Amino acid sequence: MLTDLRKEFPLFSAAANRDLVYLDSAATAQRPQRVITAMNDFYAQDNANPHRGAYRLAERATQHYEAARAKVAAFIHAAAAEEIIFTRNATEAVNFIAYGWADHHVQPGEVILVTELEHHSNLVPWQMLAQRRGAILKYIEFDDQGHLRLDQMEERLRERPRLLALTQVSNALGTINPVAEIIARAHEAGVVVVVDGAQSVPHMRVDVQSMQADFFVFSGHKMLGPLGIGVLYANQRHHAGLQPVLYGGDMISSVDYHHSDWNDMPWKMEAGTQHVAGAVGLAAAIDFLGEIGMEAVAEHDHTLTRHALEQLQKLDRIILYGPRENHAAVISFNIGAIHPHDLATFLDQRGIAIRSGHHCAQLVMRKLGVAATARASFYLYNTLEDVDRLIDGLNAAKEYFGKWL
Amino acid sequence: MALDQLYQEILLDHYKQPRNKGVLDDANVRLELKNPFCGDEILLTLRVADGFVEDVAFAGSGCVISQASASVMTEKIKGMRVAQVREMAEQFSELVKTGHAEAVSAQEDDDLEAFRGVCEFPTRVKCAMLAWRTLLQGLEHHEHAHPHPVASNPSGAQK
Repeated sequence: MLTDLRKEFPLFSAAANRDLVYLDSAATAQRPQRVITAMNDFYAQDNANPHRGAYRLAERATQHYEAARAKVAAFIHAAAAEEIIFTRNATEAVNFIAYGWADHHVQPGEVILVTELEHHSNLVPWQMLAQRRGAILKYIEFDDQGHLRLDQMEERLRERPRLLALTQVSNALGTINPVAEIIARAHEAGVVVVVDGAQSVPHMRVDVQSMQADFFVFSGHKMLGPLGIGVLYANQRHHAGLQPVLYGGDMISSVDYHHSDWNDMPWKMEAGTQHVAGAVGLAAAIDFLGEIGMEAVAEHDHTLTRHALEQLQKLDRIILYGPRENHAAVISFNIGAIHPHDLATFLDQRGIAIRSGHHCAQLVMRKLGVAATARASFYLYNTLEDVDRLIDGLNAAKEYFGKWL
Repeated sequence: MALDQLYQEILLDHYKQPRNKGVLDDANVRLELKNPFCGDEILLTLRVADGFVEDVAFAGSGCVISQASASVMTEKIKGMRVAQVREMAEQFSELVKTGHAEAVSAQEDDDLEAFRGVCEFPTRVKCAMLAWRTLLQGLEHHEHAHPHPVASNPSGAQK
């Protein structure tokens, strides 16, 4: 297990958070000092508008930004830095695919395939695309263990969908989807595949080339990077077909009175002044994760998750959702009739931060037949003691609410 | 403990034995709202006539705060003038958001007072307000559909 990492994260040393057990990293992670320092240094020493100035300071800003792009590319093993487009977050990246690619390629009457496991960010953009293009949205369901029904996927693939959008790891159930296998099957059927990596990239080694993703999205803030920076990976074979979504500065090669030409990829997708500090912070987060090693991160998460599942199973009246094995570091549950909000408020009084609600996955909640679940998620700064404090907290909650629930 | 300030006996009582739970068959105001924060749903049905809430019921499920709030609300507003209902909603909103609502304390209304603790838990204000927001929206829809006599009867002198 990884140890002593908590001290790298200044938030945990702040007076208000000394006793905090933070179990909501699936929503957003905390940042190590190194990330904060890198952003600070950029603003303090190298801030200028990238790609624009002819002076050395602007050149340094440009170098920081493009070096961050190269670092992201290497981190997910993209074939080239040009395949990396910086966005605000994973949601914006999905919308860029919908407006920039799918709007130009999906024909009326064609099928768009998504899964019931999707976060709203990889679902609502496709609902809207289906409406705009007159396409038909269809679903791959999940079974009682939260696994996608691959038999149903085979059926759906026979309907020749234009596009399949799916998550690599479910933020609500902790399911890890076999994306490489799914993409291989989809490609045999001629289907373009969009993968949501928001919950996978922070926790495991991701290789977009070996999985053969057409498009892959993730957020910086869930992987120790800053808020406000996300990534759209677009495989080079789609570059000609990907059109700008936002228009304006820096995304053009030339502008005339009534006509403009676009810049090359990826810059044609990045209109306006970019979030250079965000890219710099993300690069620092990648360095941090790289030094620890993604295998070590995955092992740490796995140990915590296994311990948590073992302990949770022992609780009376616990309902655990999601797979029993090969479970990502995010666990959804309910205890008896205690509403997850009441549970979260109770645990918060003991310094334990869990998520409660629908986790932006209302289709999952609908399928489970609940309005909400409690959710605990782990990351590299969490410890076995954190898990034990959660379990103690849950026992205390059962006692507190037990009188009348 | 702050928690006991939130989960007061009155709330627990209303949660365990909700008043006016169900759906009115003869309702002329019907509105369903969701708490976007948690997905909890409430269906509120009312019979409004001559500017008065004649009957009211709520259905749905949710946390202690949202369910108790809905239950207390239905008890309070049954038989109340619509204009007065609006005032009470405003006072309740102020109470749970800021902890200040002189009008509520002046009435020594224990059931509403019991929600004062919510102000210490800002993330739970939405839970407490769900039923009241539904009510206000429902009344507004009703007034659009029936401009008289509710809107034209500010004094409530009719009854």
